[in-house]
Amino acid sequence: MSRVAALPVPPWRATVEAALARRGVVAGLKAVIVALALFPLATIAWAMLFDPAMLGANPAETIIRTTGDRTLQFLLYSLAITPLRRITGIGGLIKFRRMLGLFAFFYGVVHLSSYVGFDRFFVLDEIVKDVVKRPFITVGFAALVLMTPLAVTSTKGWIKRLGGPAWNRLHKLVYAVAILGVVHYWWLVKRDLTWPAIYGAVLAVLLAWRFMKARTVRTRTVRN
Amino acid sequence: MPVTRIPPVPSSEITPRDVWMNRRTLLAGAAGTIAASSLPGTAWAAPVIEPLSAPRNPAFAPSDQPTDKKLATTYNNYYEFGTGKADPARNAHTLKVRPWTVEIVGEVAKPRTVGIEDLLKMAMEERVYRFRCVEAWSMVVPWVGFEFNKLAALVEPTSRAKYVRFTTAARPDEMEGLRASRAALDWPYTEGLRIDEAMHPLTMLTLGMYGETLPNQNGAPVRIVVPWKYGYKSAKSLVRIEFLEKQPVSSWTKAAMHEYGFYSNVNPEVDHPRWSQSRERLLPGLFASRKTEMFNGYAEQVASLYAGMDLKANH
Repeated sequence: MSRVAALPVPPWRATVEAALARRGVVAGLKAVIVALALFPLATIAWAMLFDPAMLGANPAETIIRTTGDRTLQFLLYSLAITPLRRITGIGGLIKFRRMLGLFAFFYGVVHLSSYVGFDRFFVLDEIVKDVVKRPFITVGFAALVLMTPLAVTSTKGWIKRLGGPAWNRLHKLVYAVAILGVVHYWWLVKRDLTWPAIYGAVLAVLLAWRFMKARTVRTRTVRN
Repeated sequence: MPVTRIPPVPSSEITPRDVWMNRRTLLAGAAGTIAASSLPGTAWAAPVIEPLSAPRNPAFAPSDQPTDKKLATTYNNYYEFGTGKADPARNAHTLKVRPWTVEIVGEVAKPRTVGIEDLLKMAMEERVYRFRCVEAWSMVVPWVGFEFNKLAALVEPTSRAKYVRFTTAARPDEMEGLRASRAALDWPYTEGLRIDEAMHPLTMLTLGMYGETLPNQNGAPVRIVVPWKYGYKSAKSLVRIEFLEKQPVSSWTKAAMHEYGFYSNVNPEVDHPRWSQSRERLLPGLFASRKTEMFNGYAEQVASLYAGMDLKANH
């Protein structure tokens, strides 16, 4: 770490750190994040109740696409926390990671439920057939299944019960989840891969940063 | 090397942008009343929407009400204008649909090029057809046109004509999707039918919908409509119709052979790798609660075309 710390410490860092050490500030910011995070869902609900035309000609498709997009976005936000903490030196950012991850899971559940209800009309054998036969559904479903234990063990109690190292190892699953999520989108698209490619590129950067970090730490350890 | 030199236009003669933009707006507004043929060689695009009413053929009126016109004209797959469903309605106004000609060639006794004004003079009828997209949604559309076999009769296909290929216009200047850095499909868009499918009375050369000429995003000025096949078989904005001896390869088949076969008949029993085809969502409904019917409900009329064929192998 010491060699990297040659970067000048930005003057606002201490201020931000101090602010994030205060409960009220964190609670306020969390409330803002909750409001922003629920906004897309609230919009959908409002449109369904009062103005269906807002959801376009194919409302079910709009809902499934929107919730799928949000799932991927929140996954990427949660994966961006660690690099951001390291780069800015603001450790307090960790306080928002669990919430971002849980929103990814939340939208993933809404996404799956809307597919089950709107697309498959709750017909179980069709759903099973889809999961088995359609690769993009298989990987999407797998991603959500893998996310479930992460959501369940996201509490302080579970961290204590599992112990830090084991908990950390378990939560490395999020990398697999994110990769599966991008693959799910990639395979779903008929021709225009622009958006899956954008998500893929962001994920690649976030994962590459971790890989480089792990490598520099390892070489430094060897040299010492 | 250019043979002739085009004299430069003095700047005094160049119409200022705001003036021609105004003209464009005026034209767009007046398009319903001014016959486009009275504006030969206009240098700017204006979608041509004119009344085109024809008696409704009562034999083709499914129990469902026609889809809301606004919906059917704003939710389109027309990749030449972008891959998003809302893109065509937004971008297709740049397509110049007058003047327009369709070249009819190949294994025919009398090849010819017909102008859109001649096609518009043909006797027309309105038919309400179910329209089923491979993406598992469907609409119900009142089309205006005439049976394709009537057009074919004009050119007299020979005995060697076993297939028909339909080609959509490909004009990068007028089609935003063709200027995209990565082509969504191999342009021009082509589709094909077996000759007996093309000549079947259900196959309709279509010039209008909802009592008006086709909006650009729906395939103006002339398209084919094949109601028992997935939507992409019904090629839009046709510039060329060829009668062929060999089976043509259509654009979607070229793009993904195992996903889009030549026949592409609506078939709830043959799954697409991406979409189970067993049910569909009748737009704008939320639930895909409707069971998809064999040949999109037209089995009685067309099933005999495929007697003895393995429809899974020939999907």
